[in-house]
Amino acid sequence: MDNNCAIQLKNITKSFGAVKANDNVSFDVRKHEILALLGENGSGKTTVMNMLAGIYYPDEGEIFVDGKQVSIKDPKDAFDLGIGMIHQHYKLIDVFTALENIVLGLDPKENNDLVTARNRVNDICSRYGFEIDLDMKVYDMNVSQKQTLEIIKVLYRGADILILDEPTAVLTPQETEKLFNILRNMRNDGKSVVIITHKLNEVLEISDRVTILRKGQYIGTVNTSETNEKELTEMMVGEKITLDINRDFIEEKHKRLEVKNLTVINSENKKVVDNVTFDLYSGEILGIAGISGSGQKELLEAIMGLQKCEEGSSVVYYSTAHGVHELVGLSTREIISFGLHLAFVPEDRLGMGLVGNMGMTDNVMLKRYRKGAGPFLHHAQPLRMATKIREELEVDTPSLDYPVRRLSGGNVQKVLVGREINNKPTVLMTAYAVRGLDINTSYAIYNLLNEQKKRGVAVVYVGEDLDVLLALSDRILVLCNGKVNGLLDGRSANKEEVGLLMTNLKGGE
Amino acid sequence: MANKQPLIRIRKKEDRSFLEKILIKVIFIILALVISALFINSVTKLNPLSVYSSMFKGAFSTPRRIWITVRDTCLLLSIAVGLTPAFRMKFWNTGAEGQMLIGGLMSAAMMIYLGDKIPSALLLVLMFVFSAIAGAVWGFLPAFFKAKYNTNETLFTLMMNYVGIQIVEFFVDVWDKKQSHSVGIINGTSHAGWFPSIFGQQYILNVLIVVLLTAAVFIYLRYTKHGYEVAVTGESESTARYSGINVPKVIIRTMLLSGALCGLAGFTEVAGISHTISVETSGGRGFTAIIVAWLAKLNPLVMVIYSFLIVFLNKGAVQIASDFNLNEYASNIIAGILLFCILASEFYTGYEIVFRHKEEQ
Repeated sequence: MDNNCAIQLKNITKSFGAVKANDNVSFDVRKHEILALLGENGSGKTTVMNMLAGIYYPDEGEIFVDGKQVSIKDPKDAFDLGIGMIHQHYKLIDVFTALENIVLGLDPKENNDLVTARNRVNDICSRYGFEIDLDMKVYDMNVSQKQTLEIIKVLYRGADILILDEPTAVLTPQETEKLFNILRNMRNDGKSVVIITHKLNEVLEISDRVTILRKGQYIGTVNTSETNEKELTEMMVGEKITLDINRDFIEEKHKRLEVKNLTVINSENKKVVDNVTFDLYSGEILGIAGISGSGQKELLEAIMGLQKCEEGSSVVYYSTAHGVHELVGLSTREIISFGLHLAFVPEDRLGMGLVGNMGMTDNVMLKRYRKGAGPFLHHAQPLRMATKIREELEVDTPSLDYPVRRLSGGNVQKVLVGREINNKPTVLMTAYAVRGLDINTSYAIYNLLNEQKKRGVAVVYVGEDLDVLLALSDRILVLCNGKVNGLLDGRSANKEEVGLLMTNLKGGE
Repeated sequence: MANKQPLIRIRKKEDRSFLEKILIKVIFIILALVISALFINSVTKLNPLSVYSSMFKGAFSTPRRIWITVRDTCLLLSIAVGLTPAFRMKFWNTGAEGQMLIGGLMSAAMMIYLGDKIPSALLLVLMFVFSAIAGAVWGFLPAFFKAKYNTNETLFTLMMNYVGIQIVEFFVDVWDKKQSHSVGIINGTSHAGWFPSIFGQQYILNVLIVVLLTAAVFIYLRYTKHGYEVAVTGESESTARYSGINVPKVIIRTMLLSGALCGLAGFTEVAGISHTISVETSGGRGFTAIIVAWLAKLNPLVMVIYSFLIVFLNKGAVQIASDFNLNEYASNIIAGILLFCILASEFYTGYEIVFRHKEEQ
C-alpha cells in the first residue's frame, strides 16, 4: 500500500431507496494535498464525504485510513481517526462565544479549560493564519467568520484530514482568497484537505488533484497541473445523450416579458440576482441553466412579485389583452388580480405551489378563490377544472378531496402544472419541473410545455439536466453567481459550452 | 453490517376507515374504564361500578344538574371555538384566559356603570359588542407583533394573560365596596345586564349564543374566502404569498376574530352565569379549551362532544368526592386516566405498531 495515502476508498456503494447515490466509488486522498471533489448537483460528492464523517454508513465497500481498514459508525469515530468535516450548514451555538463553541462537548479535565484552550486556539490561529475574535458571540458573526470558527473547531479536535463542503458558496471573492491561503498553509503543514465544489476556476486555483464524480459514479482523477477547464467540464457533464424530445419552431413571435437590470439582494446581503437583463417571446421555450443557487429561484420569484427588487430593476409585461404593465412594485395579488396571465410552477411544489393537506379542488382554487361575488367560496368552477385536469393529465388520485401531499411526486407535479396551464397563461415559468420525477412523467411534462409553446405561450424552463435543456429549449440563458453569463441558441449550443458558462464567470464582469 | 430491523417499529398509517377510528376510540375508552376500576379498587376498596354510577349522577341526576352541565359545556365550547380560527392558522393562541377575562371585565364594567341608566336589552347588546371588542384588542396586540416582527405568539399571548389578570385584580379592588376583595353579585336586585330567563329557563340564551357562534365559525372556516385564506396561511406562508394572500393582514384579522370570540365567552360567563367578575371568571378554561380544540382536530362540531366529555368528567369527579368521602384529587385521577387514554387513541388512528416478524421483505 502507498503509505502516502491518508484515506483510501474502495468500491463504496450507498443507496437511498431505489436511488444509488454512490455506485462502486474508489479513490484516494493523499497526505500533503488539497483534493477537489468535482461534480454536478446530485453526483454524490457530499454523500461519499458524509460516509467519511460518520453521518452515513456505506452499504458496501471498504475505507482505509493510514492504510488500516476502519469502520466509521458515527461522527465520534471520524474524529478519533482525525477526520473533520465542515458542512454547508454550520453547527454552532448562537449565544455562545467562539471559544465556548470550540470547547463545547470536550472534557474540561483534558486541558480544555477556557484558559488553556485559549492558548491552544491562539497557537492554531497563528500557525495557519486565522483571524478570529474568540470572545465574539456567534450571533454577531458573518458567514465567513462562522466558517473560520468551524474550521478552527475541527482543527482543535486534532483533525488531520479536513473535508469542506462547498466552502466558497457563501463567501465574497476576498473571503475566498483568505480561505484559500489558510487551506494552503494547512496542506504545507502536512494535512489533507478535501474540498467539495462545482466551481472550475476554484478547482484550478487551489487543488493539487481533482476527482470527478458523475451521477454517483467515479469518473476519474487528474492532476490539476495537467488539466484544463475543457477537460474537466467534459468529465463532469459527460457525453451528450440524445433525447427524443420534440422541438418545433414557431415563426410568429411576440415579446412578452422584458426584464431589465433586475437585481435582488437577499437577507444575507448578497446579490443573488445581479443586473439580469433578457427578453422573453411567445412561442419559445427559454431554458435557464446554472449551478443550483445561481439565482434561478429568486429571478422567477422576483418576476412574480415574491422578492423585493432593488432600485432600477424593471420587468415589463406585454399582455395580449391587458396592455403593457410594469411588474416591479406590484404585489403578487395585484399581478394575479389584474388578470395578467403569468403562470409559475415553483421549485418547492408542496411548500409553495400547493397546499399539501388540501385536495385537488381546493388546490386548483388557490389563485382564483377570490373570484365570484360575496364572502363565500365558489366551488363549482374549480371542481370542473379539477375534474378536467385529473382526466387530461391522468392524475392518479382516489378522489378530488384526497390531500395532494399523499400523492406520488409525479401526480403532485401534474396537479400543479395542470392548474397553472388551466389558467390559460401567456407566460409560463417553471422551476425544476421534472426534478425527482420518473421518465414517463418527465416526458409528459415536456410534452405539456411544448404544447403550451405551440399555443403561443412564452415558456421559461429552469432546469439542471443539460441534455434536457439542450433538447427542449429554443434559447438558453446561463446564469452564474446571479449574473447572466451567456445567451445561447438551443439548437446549436453544445454541452461543454453551457457547462463552462455555468461554472466560470466571464472575466471583467 | 446487515441492517437488522428493530423489534418494534412505529409506522405511519394515514388511511384508516371511519369505522376503524370509532372502534379504536371505543377500545380505549373501555381500557380507560378498566384501568380506573383497578385504581379505584386498589386505593379505595370501593366497587368501581357504584363509583361510575355516582359520576353519572353528578352530571345528570336532577334537571338542574343537567342544565348546569349543559351551561358549562357551552362555556367551554365557546372558548374552544374561539381558539379555532387562530389554531387553524397555526397561530398558537394560549391567551384565551386573558381575552376572556378582559371581555368579562368589560361586561361587568358596563353592568356596574350603565346598569340603571339604559334598558336591559340595549345594555345586553352593548355588552355583547364591547366585550367582543375588548377581547379583540387582547388578540390584536400579539398578532400585530407577530405579523410585523415575527415575535413568538405563544409567549406573547401567554404573558397577556397575566396583564389581564392584574387589570381584573385592580378593578375588583376599585369596585369592592365591603373590603372583602370581591365585587359580589352585580345588580343583584335589578338584574340589569343579566341574561333573561326564556320559557322559565335561565340558561337558554347561553346555549343559543354558543350554538350560533359555533355554527358561524364552522361555516366561516369551511365555506368562506376568509376561511380559505386562514387554512392556506396555516399550511404554508410561502404558498400563501405565492397565491397573493396578504399574510400579515390575515394574521391580524384572524386574531381579532379569535380574541373577540374569547371575549364573548367572558361576556357569557359574567352576564349569563356568575354575574360577578374576579380572576376566577376564566378559571383555567382558557387552557382546558386548548385540549378540547386539539382533541376535536379543530372541528367546531366535534368540539361539542369533547367539551361535554370534559365537563362531565369534572362534575363526576366532584360527585364521587362527596359521595364516597374521597378527596377530589382521587377522582381527578380517574378523569385524567380517561383523558390520557383518549389522547393515546389519537396516536393509534394515525400510526400503527409493527413487530419485526410481521415484516415480509
